[in-house]
Amino acid sequence: MSVPELTCKELVEVVTDYLEGRMPAEQRLLFEEHLAFCDWCQSYLEQMQATIRLTGTLREDDLTPEARDGLLGVFRDWRRR
Amino acid sequence: MGSVGGTVLSVSELELLVALRRGDEQAFITLVEIHGASMLRLARVYVRDRAVAEEVVQEAWLGVLGGLERFEGRSSLRTWLLSIVANLARTRAVREARSIPFSALAGAELEVEGPSVPPERFRGPQDRWAGHWATPPEPWSRPEHELLSAETRAQIMIAIDALPERQRQVITLRDVEGCSAAEVCNVLELSETNQRVLLHRARTRVRQALDDYLTPREHQQSR
Repeated sequence: MSVPELTCKELVEVVTDYLEGRMPAEQRLLFEEHLAFCDWCQSYLEQMQATIRLTGTLREDDLTPEARDGLLGVFRDWRRR
Repeated sequence: MGSVGGTVLSVSELELLVALRRGDEQAFITLVEIHGASMLRLARVYVRDRAVAEEVVQEAWLGVLGGLERFEGRSSLRTWLLSIVANLARTRAVREARSIPFSALAGAELEVEGPSVPPERFRGPQDRWAGHWATPPEPWSRPEHELLSAETRAQIMIAIDALPERQRQVITLRDVEGCSAAEVCNVLELSETNQRVLLHRARTRVRQALDDYLTPREHQQSR
């Protein structure tokens, strides 16, 4: 195995650029090459992806019926003007 | 979704807006159904108190109704609604005495930050494998239901709550709310690069918190 040109320490700093698809093609190649050799960074990437997925499950904060009624009140007042 | 007459609005959105101008209550209810919860969550990104956030949303709808005639549909309906909420919520947040200017906050948050992972977890410069893991991450080998447990999710909530203001706003909109990067830049008035930097830092911290929880390391000092 040759020494990858991107170190693990550098990889963790650019993982979001990678996931966001905002990485120049050349760097992307180095990144993916590194991942192919490095199970540890693969784990790190998977943890980042799991973090994003799990954070997405927090979305539950819905409007209460009271808030809904309040908005309807706003609308009816506006319509009356 | 086709664009009509130079707008980015869908036909159904245009129909709703036309109906709303006529004072159609059902159109209003439908729009609240679609966007109301997102608007409330966005307000709470700025003002944490739910009651205050609900007031902001009411105020925002009043702005929406008042601005209907002027809305030309150059941005998506959702972006327009969210921008109105963001502007009002920002003003309200400042008034509610979390009074550091947001621009100053963003600046400070972009500058002061250490590396994503503590440097001692990597091999030092003298090592043949300099910059590679010394204490590598261990995979979170948990069944999905355990990862999705209330306890794990509580850890994420605590971690997000503890984030610096701008990071919390970005991760809430991107990863909780599911907004696109472009939407977040628009609503929070951030450059594309800064949005990404803040998102990276926020996700990094939440990952760290999850890792501390899922893989406790007795031999290692937690940050």
